[in-house]
Amino acid sequence: MLPPDLVAGCKQHRVLLAIAFLVVFPLLMPFKAIAVNILIYGLFALGFNMLFGTLGLLSFGHAALFGGGAYACGLAMLRLGLPWWAAILCAVVAGMALAASIGAFAIRTRGIYFAMVTLALAQCVYFIFYQWVSLTGGENGLRGITLTDIDLGPIHLNFVDPLTRYYVVAFWVALALIVLSRILASPFGAAMEAVRENEARARACGYDVRATRYLAFILSGGFCGLAGALQALHLSIVPIETLFYTTSGLVVMMALLGGMGTFFGPFVGAGVFLLLENLVSLWTVHWQIFVGASFIACVLFFPRGIWGTILLGRAR
Amino acid sequence: MSEIILSTEAVGKSFGKFRALSAITASFPKGKLTSIIGPNGAGKSTFFNLLSGSLVPSEGRVIFEGRDITGTPQHRFAALGIAKSFQITTVFPLLSVHENVRVALQALVSRYQIWRPRTALPELAERADALLATVGLTDRRTRPAGSLAHGEQRALEIAMALASQPRLLLLDEPTAGMSPEETRSMMDLILKLAAERTVILVEHKMKLVMGISDRLLVLHHGELLAEGTPDDIRANDTVKRVYLGQREH
Repeated sequence: MLPPDLVAGCKQHRVLLAIAFLVVFPLLMPFKAIAVNILIYGLFALGFNMLFGTLGLLSFGHAALFGGGAYACGLAMLRLGLPWWAAILCAVVAGMALAASIGAFAIRTRGIYFAMVTLALAQCVYFIFYQWVSLTGGENGLRGITLTDIDLGPIHLNFVDPLTRYYVVAFWVALALIVLSRILASPFGAAMEAVRENEARARACGYDVRATRYLAFILSGGFCGLAGALQALHLSIVPIETLFYTTSGLVVMMALLGGMGTFFGPFVGAGVFLLLENLVSLWTVHWQIFVGASFIACVLFFPRGIWGTILLGRAR
Repeated sequence: MSEIILSTEAVGKSFGKFRALSAITASFPKGKLTSIIGPNGAGKSTFFNLLSGSLVPSEGRVIFEGRDITGTPQHRFAALGIAKSFQITTVFPLLSVHENVRVALQALVSRYQIWRPRTALPELAERADALLATVGLTDRRTRPAGSLAHGEQRALEIAMALASQPRLLLLDEPTAGMSPEETRSMMDLILKLAAERTVILVEHKMKLVMGISDRLLVLHHGELLAEGTPDDIRANDTVKRVYLGQREH
């Protein structure tokens, strides 16, 4: 546990600290590709955490928002011929639109029902994309999303270079962190806290609990859509599995590992998960046993997650 | 009779086959402190929840300032001018005492703003401090609300209820679980609040409210048994019979 003053100080400068971390992070990683993956999944977990950590809503359908963003980015580039940055913006809008449609049904339910409804609707999205071969490539996934050169006026960036690619992704992640931090510090952020802390009281104060949740779901969709777009650009392909429910499970695990409700926890969770996967799989094909064991240990002994425990100590 | 702020027309509530409250017609005069009393299980809380909008009546209507508010969603009540405190202490436990009140104030000004920082509404922070002073919690302002003593949390709840500047304040057993000392200071606070607005209080300790109420409603088995001034109620034989043998606290 860190001293509370230090934690409060970190909280105040959370965006600057997080960006500083993004800058030095690839230099600490064995392969740049892992660093890119950690950023993308961290961003995905961050979007998920906005609903789960900030509002206590456990969604099992976030694969649809992430995958939807990935497909939207790919389709915008391949079918509409949009530039890469415009495709990313399309993905953000697509993530929010999907969240708005899934949320319209799911937000009426709570707890386990919310998880089930989001899961079912996300699976609907998966099957639609699976069947609509002419648009999405079906089970082969969406292929051929190539981004090699980025021209920013006088500056020319080579997206194939691992480090350049990392910093391009990191730029978008940093933008997302700034936006998220503003949302959390806004009056709406206060409303979300109130709804999480005590729904009945929030309602009596005058907050529309359902509308608050709905807006949070849509915003969450934006972050997940962005993560999906970066994933599409990074892989040059959108595998159909991106939309499958296992992706939803993955992000739940990452968010729990890192620490729900913490600002930077999702990146820690994604990092630990992907490093375990990459390092243990060098040694044995049964890497999932180790990831699963650490997940169980984390839930049982460190319910605040890795980052939450570092910041606040073990929950009593 | 003075102006009526809130009235019910044959309002009733059933839970499945159980009839918790049957056809109560009552009115609450503006600017007065009215207490709803009755033994445990009399339907007081059900009646309170119908008045405060937590429950939708199975039949009948609730009229506030001449408007039919039956079935209005709970989150609109604050803007209408009705605020309530809960029977079970209900605060935002992890937020600071000050933030509890600030967020209650904010509910009427800004609910969906996602881009401006909340500190850009400094007048809310000032008004929160003023409200904390009203209920005597100024020296607790930075503590998490969940760490306060029971009586202090109840006072905080009242500060939050006052945030919407309600014309009607509904209090559900505000002294439940309090020590005699806390009870006394809560009663003082209620009297202070009642000087400026209409208050409706639910209480099962009859003695407690006799001294401070302008009017009383007595419920028993889900029906309105009697209503009137404390003197009327004291003199009422049926009320005496109902309360006889009831353990008075």
